[in-house]
Amino acid sequence: MQIYLPIAEVSVNAFLLLGLGGMVGVLSGMFGVGGGFLLTPLLFFIGIPPAVAVATGANQIVAASFSGVLAHLKRRTVDLRMGGVLLVGGLAGALLGVQVFNLLRARGQVDLLVQLSYVLFLGVIGALMFVESLNAIRKTRAGRAAPTRRKHGWVHAMPFKMQFRASRLYISVIPPLMVGFLVGILAAVMGVGGGFVMVPAMIYILHMPTKVVIGTSLFQIIFVTAFTTILHATTNYTVDIVLALLLIVGGVLGAQIGTQIGAKMKAEQLRVLLALLVLLVCGKLALDLLLEPSELYSLGTGKAH
Amino acid sequence: MRAALLSLLLLAALPARAEEVVAGLSQSRIQISTNFDGSEILIFGAVKRETQIVEDPALQVLITVSGPSEPLTVRRKERRFGIWVNTDTVEVDAAPSFYSVSTSGTWSETIKDVEDLRHRISIHRAIRSVGATISGTNDFTEALIRLRMRETLYQTNIGAVTFDEDTLFSTSIQLPANLHEGRYVARFYLTRGGFIVDTHTAAIEVHKVGLERWLFHLSREQPLIYGLMSLTIAIFAGWAASAAFRVFRS
Repeated sequence: MQIYLPIAEVSVNAFLLLGLGGMVGVLSGMFGVGGGFLLTPLLFFIGIPPAVAVATGANQIVAASFSGVLAHLKRRTVDLRMGGVLLVGGLAGALLGVQVFNLLRARGQVDLLVQLSYVLFLGVIGALMFVESLNAIRKTRAGRAAPTRRKHGWVHAMPFKMQFRASRLYISVIPPLMVGFLVGILAAVMGVGGGFVMVPAMIYILHMPTKVVIGTSLFQIIFVTAFTTILHATTNYTVDIVLALLLIVGGVLGAQIGTQIGAKMKAEQLRVLLALLVLLVCGKLALDLLLEPSELYSLGTGKAH
Repeated sequence: MRAALLSLLLLAALPARAEEVVAGLSQSRIQISTNFDGSEILIFGAVKRETQIVEDPALQVLITVSGPSEPLTVRRKERRFGIWVNTDTVEVDAAPSFYSVSTSGTWSETIKDVEDLRHRISIHRAIRSVGATISGTNDFTEALIRLRMRETLYQTNIGAVTFDEDTLFSTSIQLPANLHEGRYVARFYLTRGGFIVDTHTAAIEVHKVGLERWLFHLSREQPLIYGLMSLTIAIFAGWAASAAFRVFRS
């Protein structure tokens, strides 16, 4: 069944969109990530204009994270104070990110920016995760317990310290602000929630307890992506609600299935699989940049000023 | 006698008076609704004449349909620091968002270059790009046409017009699904020996309707309300879908 998307101004098969949403939903349910980093490139691939894909991706993430946050709030696994600090950084980052996005869109470099950001972030994080989880698997096989993390680092040497009770931390607000800021930029530029950057940063840089990491990152992501959606809707007019709805319905159902698959697998195995998936997407995007494209020309609307 | 000779001369000099195009379209309004999947318009017409049919040179029909024009930028990738990056840009002042040319005969027997130049009939002539600074602008125009042809937004249908008894003609034009709103114009050219004898134009209005129209206009005119609405709908849909799944499972 073909459906005409009013904002993207293209006609796409509705079941294809439901399927894409569902597939990404299964993966996000399995691995506990938002899946924006998979969905946005897939939308490019089926011919949705990049600007619409990024803006609509942000809208879809709000919906996908909402029920997750509700569940975490009920279980009290959200550090609201930390979430607030991350959010302040995130909103500032999103504001800057949308400006950069619009500037580069006018220059015709937005695809490059998006692709480069994907290659860079997915590559680094995928590689780190892969090595880290392989080590964890080797250590559990060898019968030794995983080493406890260092509790004190450069994070503790900074000023403006604040008490984060739910995370049992007393640290400077600068690192969380910086993490939030970076994630905000990513949300605006890449159309992702940024969980794949924020979660490792919270664990390895901020040393937050794993229990509150997911809930707190989801809390921050909802507000930052909601803000990004509004910014894209008011400056670029690129949020396509029909597209978003189809992706959301597919995504939520897929996520439920994914959660059940994920519950049956070991944490380390899941992490290795996720790392491989991240590296795969990264490799595909890197090849697109490195190999000579079959069509060197592309069209942009409007004048380039 | 002299008056009769003069009128004969006038008739010979102005053959346009003798043969006229009368044309119609199967639809003068195309509505883009949620399930819009492209559309086909049937174009037909006849040649009205008061004189005898002249067999040689043969009469030909050429029909163009053009969508609203818009400025465009065409970009070219080049290898920089090992990766492929958009480098050169050419601005096109006005390129039709849709353009199709259909003829009854081959291009050369249907229209002369002079007439093409004057009336901007072929796709190349319909695209205007002035003030381009980069050498090889032609490559960029060619690329624009190639990309649009791949999406069937630009079409050249040589010999697609059926022309019976030098009087009745008809053709159909396939409009793709990714059509833009606006006023489309169908132009009919009647030619003899490559020279235009008569022309006729008809308009086709392409509009979004219903939900599509409402959403599109809301997003342009009240972007903040549209954005907030998108968020609300998205959150509600996400919550409802997971709630439904929970009920379904228990």
